Amino acid sequence: MDINYDLAVGTTRELNQKLNAAATKDADVSFRVLNPKGAHTLAVGMTSNISVDIQGHVGYYCGGMNQNAHIKVLGNAGPAVAENMMSGRVTVSGSVSHYAGASAHGGLLVVQGDSSSRCGISLKGANIVVQGSVGHMSAFMAQSGSMVVCGDAGDALGDSLYEAKLYVRGNVASLGTDCVEKTLLDEHKREIDGLLERAGVTGADASEFRRFGSARKLYNFDVDNADAY
Amino acid sequence: MPTKKNNDDRSSGRDELRSRLRESATYPREVIAEIQRAAETGIYDIRGWGAKRKVPNFDDLLFLGASMSRYPLEGYREKCTTSVTLGTRFASKPIELKIPITVAGMSFGALSGPAKEALGRGASAAGTSTTTGDGGMTPEERENSNILVYQLLPSRYGMNPDDLRRADAIEVVVGQGAKPGGGGMLLGQKISERVAGMRDLPEGIDQRSACRHPDWTGPDDLAIKIQELREITNWEKPIYIKIGAARTYYDTALAVKAGADVVVLDGMQGGTAATQDVFIEHVGIPTLPALRQAVEALQELDMHRKVQLIVSGGIRSGADVAKALAMGADAVSVGVAALIALGDNSPQFESDYNELGSSAGFYDDWHEGLDPSGISTQDEELAARFDPVLGGRRLANYLNVLTLETQTLARANGKSHVHNLEPEDLVALTIEASAMAGVPLAGTDWIPGKNNF
Repeated sequence: MDINYDLAVGTTRELNQKLNAAATKDADVSFRVLNPKGAHTLAVGMTSNISVDIQGHVGYYCGGMNQNAHIKVLGNAGPAVAENMMSGRVTVSGSVSHYAGASAHGGLLVVQGDSSSRCGISLKGANIVVQGSVGHMSAFMAQSGSMVVCGDAGDALGDSLYEAKLYVRGNVASLGTDCVEKTLLDEHKREIDGLLERAGVTGADASEFRRFGSARKLYNFDVDNADAY
Repeated sequence: MPTKKNNDDRSSGRDELRSRLRESATYPREVIAEIQRAAETGIYDIRGWGAKRKVPNFDDLLFLGASMSRYPLEGYREKCTTSVTLGTRFASKPIELKIPITVAGMSFGALSGPAKEALGRGASAAGTSTTTGDGGMTPEERENSNILVYQLLPSRYGMNPDDLRRADAIEVVVGQGAKPGGGGMLLGQKISERVAGMRDLPEGIDQRSACRHPDWTGPDDLAIKIQELREITNWEKPIYIKIGAARTYYDTALAVKAGADVVVLDGMQGGTAATQDVFIEHVGIPTLPALRQAVEALQELDMHRKVQLIVSGGIRSGADVAKALAMGADAVSVGVAALIALGDNSPQFESDYNELGSSAGFYDDWHEGLDPSGISTQDEELAARFDPVLGGRRLANYLNVLTLETQTLARANGKSHVHNLEPEDLVALTIEASAMAGVPLAGTDWIPGKNNF
């Protein structure tokens, strides 16, 4: 069933209620949201595997805490798109502002343009694929999950990183504290290939990527590392 | 400053010797001990508990009571109600508490599972709420807490929309009185397999969580973040904003602007599971002046009683509760006192405390996970010492005593509801407390700083 919802006439509150009501009745529903015009908190807290296509730019927290839903933004997204996502998928055809995928626990975030700073901050198990580049402090304190960047990464990539895996094809301006380059093994190439395929990215070869991870030197406090903080 | 008990103080020979020695006011023994400790270890002192320094507090205030010009209520005859409703501004399902005392946020991780369960049991028996902490919501905690407040913290450990919807209220933690501007800390000894799993962290590492939220900066962002939380929870849940006492007047006003239903204000005496001693003792302001500033901000915005105010940080007795309410709080919160009620620092474990170089009444190394009372630990053997049913009963007793004491003072001032207590019922014993609380020095009509004087 396809349903159109026009935000030029309706409200965010009503839209989110309709999305959730549809989700509880019938999972096989496709929503098309018109005239988002940068509205905040669109399609947040989705619980079932409905499809939501948002035709235009969105503001803060689009797809926040998503569970199961497939959300597509045909435009750019403001801060913290797919924040704390648990599962499902959020795709943005344009570029995204800072904090994209912040503390996301699961699911897949695909950014077809660029991401601003702190992409994947506090990542907790989700996967992020960025076709363009990411800004500074991306994957700050990222705990688990993977981030694939087809373009470049800004300064201080992976600062205070835990066990998240970072793959970058282009240049890395600088690495953050306790983040180091690691050998790209076959298992990592397979992971990159898998994520690129799921994200629908073609023309990138897994062997062109470099892998970054935690040096694990700051895991337990050592006074001799005090300069690192 | 760390206070380590000198067990052999009482030895008469040393007493005699010390009576002839002069201790430096600038370098008293605990200062010398800290310099020696720093030189030996090369790392700052980390500990639990709140500020131990002396600051003006509710003990510096008195109630006037009733006499010729005011009449009291009969202590055992006339009703003095204590109920509180929180979240009347935007939430469709506000919280109803039987008593104006709640249990503050403390994490599973900092505390054992059974200790969290006991907090839920005690709070529920007394008709009030308890709060999760920086480590997510445990099923035991949810099951045993009739009213559970779910914290949204910078770390977002265990944060998920199912628990948001399972919660009765949501508390966005911006700061904590013990460390305004500081993030969470849980050292490796306490990161057990279960704690690590709930936080998505490797086992046994020192966890230092962020001091800022990952997806918003400042009150304008926070307003949108709160909108998101409300959308996810269908505008049902009251949303609290918790702030550490710092620039309280402005912080309270900004919390209101950001859309809070409830402001939780934590003064510098408020507890922590683990923070640098220098942070605990030297950052933030005491509960007394912070409370006055928060109430002033709410009144100026015409939001007093519309956005409810919960105050914490050194609430120990019904006298503290009543004085906080008289100054304009809607409710108070207890953390350290709740742990003591459960059995923390009990003399029963004196020999164990001694083995750890401490003593019952002084023990604050909660971060080490070796708590003899089995409360602030993840060690299964130690945790097994603690009985959550008995602990819950003790906490309920304590909360009931606080309530009875609060009612006693309210009736003495002629109030039929504890919220009818007012600043006019209070005087200050010291000039400092008078200036901070904004009530006159006893026997005068003088409030320093008021009326250009």
